Amino acid sequence: MSDVLVLIEQTKGEVKKVSLELLAMAAKVGSPVAVVLGPGADSTSGLLGEHGAKKVYVDSNEIYVNQIVVPTVTALTSVINELKPVAVLVPSSADSKEVAGRLALTCNSGVITDASDISADLSVTQNIFGGATIVTSKVTTGTPIITVRPNSIAPVTGGATAEVIALAVTHESGSTSVTNRVAVAKSGRPDLSEAAIVVSGGRGVASEDGFKNLIEPLADLLGAAVGASRAATDAGWYPHQFQVGQTGKTVSPQLYLASGISGAIQHRAGMQTSKTVVVVNKDPEAPIFDLADFGVVGDLNEVLPDLTARIKARK
Amino acid sequence: MGVTALKICVCIKQVPDSWAEKKLTAADNTLDRAAADRVVNELDEYAVEEALKIVEAGEGEVTILSVGPVEAADSIRKAISMGAHAGIHIVDDAIHGSDAVATSLVISEALKNRDFDLIIFGSESTDARMSVVPAMVAARLNLPQMTFAKKVEVSAGALTIQRQTETGYDEVKSSLPAVVSVVEKINEPRYPSFKNIMAAKKAPLETLSLADLGVAASSVGQANAWSAVSAFADRPAKPAGTKVVDDGNGAAQLEEFLVTAKFI
Ligand SMILES: Cc1cc2nc3c(=O)[nH]c(=O)nc-3n(C[C@H](O)[C@H](O)[C@H](O)COP(=O)(O)OP(=O)(O)OC[C@H]3O[C@@H](n4cnc5c(N)ncnc54)[C@H](O)[C@@H]3O)c2cc1C
Repeated sequence: MSDVLVLIEQTKGEVKKVSLELLAMAAKVGSPVAVVLGPGADSTSGLLGEHGAKKVYVDSNEIYVNQIVVPTVTALTSVINELKPVAVLVPSSADSKEVAGRLALTCNSGVITDASDISADLSVTQNIFGGATIVTSKVTTGTPIITVRPNSIAPVTGGATAEVIALAVTHESGSTSVTNRVAVAKSGRPDLSEAAIVVSGGRGVASEDGFKNLIEPLADLLGAAVGASRAATDAGWYPHQFQVGQTGKTVSPQLYLASGISGAIQHRAGMQTSKTVVVVNKDPEAPIFDLADFGVVGDLNEVLPDLTARIKARK
Repeated sequence: MGVTALKICVCIKQVPDSWAEKKLTAADNTLDRAAADRVVNELDEYAVEEALKIVEAGEGEVTILSVGPVEAADSIRKAISMGAHAGIHIVDDAIHGSDAVATSLVISEALKNRDFDLIIFGSESTDARMSVVPAMVAARLNLPQMTFAKKVEVSAGALTIQRQTETGYDEVKSSLPAVVSVVEKINEPRYPSFKNIMAAKKAPLETLSLADLGVAASSVGQANAWSAVSAFADRPAKPAGTKVVDDGNGAAQLEEFLVTAKFI
């Protein structure tokens, strides 16, 4: 079967769930081959094999985290030239989309971003205009390079031990250097773009304390990630990393619970493909209700604490 | 700030107003640009603002570059009216329907040999949303790729940015010239002053065709794109959901919905 290359995203050996989803997507098209780069890469092959990778190309070089994007492009290009895969799949993260863009140039190949599905003939499904339009497209030149959105497919387990291949790449001296990494404290909640449930708050939450007292406790009871509208992140009530929407994260969870969010087009762009949407908003005319499977017209200061108490009582 | 004047180019795109409903054209599967007002891509306004702030802190000139149909000239003047100095408009019928590969080629060919110290983009266009053109232009011009900046600092020949990441940010250094893209948290774009609006009307605007750039028409346009749309459809309308007005019972009804749907 033809090889399908998958770029694995990982930090210090911790593999992102989207990477495992991509292995499942790759299996629909051919034989998944993982490329895993950066410190910690060498500890991932077991997990990747278990999730369907037949081969795993590994390079733990620090260079992949110390420079922006270019070393990853160099490594992938060398594997593509060697293996001649039928397609290359990368996650739809900011970094990996840039990798895809540059890869298109080094491999003279077309690139399609933000796929939600790929069929066996390599037709790609995308949801565009904030999910309002569904497009089918295809790369017509070179090796299709496709970025895939998180939560587009469930990971598959039960794979065998993968063949591990040490990757030896010669890198040119780089033009960018990462001198410091600053991470916001990890919350212990699931990653926003990968979470099955997202509990989101907007301007209606009204303060930082509102997020702490109303949104976070509900999220924690549901095992959910917390999201926020731009109005809430701009006001400083919640960090930008948690913004959902056009200039924040795109999420596609099983359940999206939006409280105090009006549903501006830029917000919908980040959550419109959620499977189930639940809304709490005091304005019955708020556009977010158009997306709601279940909506409560009411004050979130009343509804959310009551709901949280009820769920707690069930446990 | 360095002592020498900086030459900055900001690349902007004219897009349909993101508040308007966007549609594809049945005839050729490209964006129906007539269906919505045309505006400067909102995310590019942050790029223009950042360029202006950099030259205002020292000295230099800001040029606005755009690839787009005849009407895009309005958007270039609109961007200039924020306080920029000149514009470059690349317009050619053959460009219609180009993919990111071709667009990045046209931009790079227009930029090379112009000695810009900084080339600044917005982080994405609100219509295509691919977020790949800045990286492609950096690759084509063989310049440092300093993208997704939430902070930019220029000092004598060197550039430092805070690159927004999934978990926070990275501090990244490079030399100049460089290609930068900025995210919306970086600044608050200004409104054009009356004086600058008047000045923008007279600002020099260079109009170039593909022939002027030496780019073959066969390497751009929809027919030569490396990917193609084969079909599109509206997302099937969601069946209307249940909407209840909270009379003290809202949370209980919501709980029941979540139980039935097996979320709790
Ligand atoms: C280029 C660009 C990019 C953007 N990117 C994003 C993005 O990524 N993400 C994003 O979210 N936005 C984005 N926006 C902003 C977007 O246009 C809206 O301004 C924003 O989404 C509004 O946030 P909101 O719904 O929280 O606030 P509002 O629109 O002010 O809505 C607040 C809602 O809360 C309700 N409410 C108030 N009090 C209560 C209460 N006590 N109980 C219940 N309900 C209450 C109100 O009825 C209202 O519906 C972008 C805009 C631009 C121009």
